[in-house]
Amino acid sequence: MTTNVISSTNTSASRASQTASRRWLKWLPSVLFLGAAVLLLVSISAPYWGLVLQAPQYPGGLRMRVFVNNMTGDEDPRLDEVREIDGLNHYIGMKSLYEAAKFERSIALPAVFIMAVLLVVAAVWRRRWTWLLALPAFAFPVVFLADLGLWMAYYGQNLDPYAPLSSSIQPFTPPILGEGVIGQFKTIAYVDTGWYIIAAGSLLIAVALLIKLSGRLVQPKG
Amino acid sequence: MISQRLFSKVVVIGAVAAVAVLVALVIAPKAMTSAQGSSLDWQTIAEQRGLTEADMRAAAMTYTPSGKLDEYVMFASAGQGGQVLAIGLPSMRLLRLISVFAPEPWQGYGYGAGNEVLEQGFIDGQEILWGDTHHPALSETNGEYDGQWLFIGDKANGRVAVIDLRDFETKQIVHNPAFLNDHGGTFVTPNTEYIVEGAQYGLPVGGDYAPIEDYQNSYSGMITFWKFDRDAGRIDYSKSFAMELPPYWQDLCDSGKLVSEGWIFCNSFNAEMAFGGIEKGNPPFEAGVSKGAVDYLHIINLKAAEAVFQAGAAVDVKGFKVIPLETVIENGLLYLAPEPRSPHGADVTPKGDFISIGGKLDPHVSVYSFQKIKDAIAAGPTEKDPFGVPVLALESVLEAQVELGLGPLHTVYDDQGYAYTSLFLDSAVARWSIGAEGYRPQDGWKLINKTPVQYNVGHLAAAEGDTTTPDGRFLVALNKWSVDRFLSTGPLLPQNLQLIDISQPGDQTQILYDMPITGAEPHYSQIIKADKLKAWEVYPEVGWNPLTQSVDPNAVAQGTEGVTRDGNNVTVRMTAVRSHMTPEHVEIQEGDHVTWTITNVERARDATHGFAIPFYNINLSIEPGESITFEFEATRSGVFSFYCTEFCSALHLEMMGYMMVKPQ
Repeated sequence: MTTNVISSTNTSASRASQTASRRWLKWLPSVLFLGAAVLLLVSISAPYWGLVLQAPQYPGGLRMRVFVNNMTGDEDPRLDEVREIDGLNHYIGMKSLYEAAKFERSIALPAVFIMAVLLVVAAVWRRRWTWLLALPAFAFPVVFLADLGLWMAYYGQNLDPYAPLSSSIQPFTPPILGEGVIGQFKTIAYVDTGWYIIAAGSLLIAVALLIKLSGRLVQPKG
Repeated sequence: MISQRLFSKVVVIGAVAAVAVLVALVIAPKAMTSAQGSSLDWQTIAEQRGLTEADMRAAAMTYTPSGKLDEYVMFASAGQGGQVLAIGLPSMRLLRLISVFAPEPWQGYGYGAGNEVLEQGFIDGQEILWGDTHHPALSETNGEYDGQWLFIGDKANGRVAVIDLRDFETKQIVHNPAFLNDHGGTFVTPNTEYIVEGAQYGLPVGGDYAPIEDYQNSYSGMITFWKFDRDAGRIDYSKSFAMELPPYWQDLCDSGKLVSEGWIFCNSFNAEMAFGGIEKGNPPFEAGVSKGAVDYLHIINLKAAEAVFQAGAAVDVKGFKVIPLETVIENGLLYLAPEPRSPHGADVTPKGDFISIGGKLDPHVSVYSFQKIKDAIAAGPTEKDPFGVPVLALESVLEAQVELGLGPLHTVYDDQGYAYTSLFLDSAVARWSIGAEGYRPQDGWKLINKTPVQYNVGHLAAAEGDTTTPDGRFLVALNKWSVDRFLSTGPLLPQNLQLIDISQPGDQTQILYDMPITGAEPHYSQIIKADKLKAWEVYPEVGWNPLTQSVDPNAVAQGTEGVTRDGNNVTVRMTAVRSHMTPEHVEIQEGDHVTWTITNVERARDATHGFAIPFYNINLSIEPGESITFEFEATRSGVFSFYCTEFCSALHLEMMGYMMVKPQ
């Protein structure tokens, strides 16, 4: 469609449609930015990342869900899985999960909101450079996982040498995606709904930027 | 010649040998396969163990593989153990022991936890640390078990306890100070407004002294109506009351339901008012109470009694409200109807329209019609007993009598219109048809079959059998004797609970499983559909006090532990989590009064910690989220190694600490 419009010939009928399409095309990146902003805000309510620990004495497994600004267990609040995982972690000398990424979690909600606002600004204030305002949101999924990975590595590498199991469990780097093994536990890490939502937002931003870029390249002079 | 003979011999022998080898070759692999099969296929195992087809059917109906859950839970009293048992059906697996009137170390009950509940059951300051639990009653809503509460009576001391089925723990013990024994309890009204506790042996009201020769004039019977406050989860003492009854030894009671809601029925077995004294030349009780031709079914108008109580007509006996017998008679709260001598049990049918009474010394079960009772009361009875209580004529209220066999005691009901009555002397369960409309009019009132049980059956329990809609399917015979059913463990033998399949009509009933009960005698039980029970997996929040069912303000959060002193009063604030208690050193002085709170901050299912302090008789079970506070006097100096008594984790043995008591 896009290529058709761009390479269309100049009959009067096609010119009319070309003008309409141009106008549509001109606004499409803005629409995509707004869509990405909405997705960002929606993502707050869904977990970004999850971890399942499986062991014989936990028949249903232990599931931890990481939201953009906090961590919870599974839906039933009575068994607080984060606390349970924390309790298990103390045997190998791992720091408390509640202490992890405190700064990031404290700024997470304002940050998401600001990224969404920047997208809105980029959508409505159309200058040559305003596309730059979409970059934080575009990079967000990767930044989130990278930060998570850094914290996981930090936690895995900095075990208390005086912990009960310090002699049998050596420092390790837990995988941020996929399976791992620690003691009798099999761990399965995965990205969850919230992350897929922000990733979809990134995709929208990517498409919008491509359109803008290609629009610039083929823009008729005058 | 010789060589020819020899030759033929050799040929014959060779041929025989060849055949033998051939046979061996053909048979051996088969024999080998079947030898391998003996450890593989179930038919062979059944054959080897001598199991019949019926046995295999019973196994298929009861065997519950690992990981599969039972369909029903049976709550059985544990008699003189003062406890209640929760048993899964059809597997007959013991799921839980609930201590009620007696200390029990596994639950820590009476060893630092639950002491205040046990103390509620002390009478006039007398420590009573056992009970004779008889009849458990599940709470009901609209005549159906609702799975929320369980009540149980103590025959010996006339007490009633409340158990919360969210955590299967005893919350309250009450005692009517006007009387000292019971038997006809507990039974609930269809919406658990009241828990009914009928007394048994006649006594002077209020625990007074009176000479036994003055039995008729100075002794009484009694029935207590405990008002249950569902929101508070407690019996409301101030809204409870009792009714004085003639000293006829009221036995077992049941609440009316549907058409008979608001009425209570109790059999009795000493209308003779015999008072024993075999050594004085009097007839012994066993003869004296059985002399007369009839005893009395008690028909109590609870709705009217409640109104009389609320109108203030009850008198105060040791702080408890009792409606005196004269007031009972004046207000028409009690009617009597003759029953064949020394009967047992009074069991209301599912639709509330009939009451079955086992003959005990009479081979019949007598069935009374509630409609006929109402008509006879309306017609105005002409007979009276020696106290002036109106007596309804037997023929005016009796619906049917069914001859069942020897020693009929208790009756339960199923969903097919059958009734089941235990036959103590016959050691059998009689299935009989209720010939009335809505049950089995096609069969009429008649005995269908008898299932022999082992042995001396007392109560029966049928799945949801006390409700307005029994489930049928399973019946449990609670046998008093087991004799030869189990391996001998010395002269004291267990009781035998037998599971019986009653799902098929007619004479097809089958014993499925024998379960030995050791520790006490389960008198009665009730069987509830498992999915009605909504027990907590862990306490809802960390710091939970099971007595208040809320977070305890004294609960200890991690990071706030410590030992503080105020004069001689020491407060210990401790948390427990796998695999350590904090603090691990508790330093106090000899002579200190110690108040110790320990909170299990775990959230994982089954992560229970025990907590024992040697010498000081402390042992707790602290379930996930639970917070317990106990107190003691540090009377002996020394070093005491406290530790976790419930194996909790790989480092369970390390979960300990030292209490250092410095000498004065």
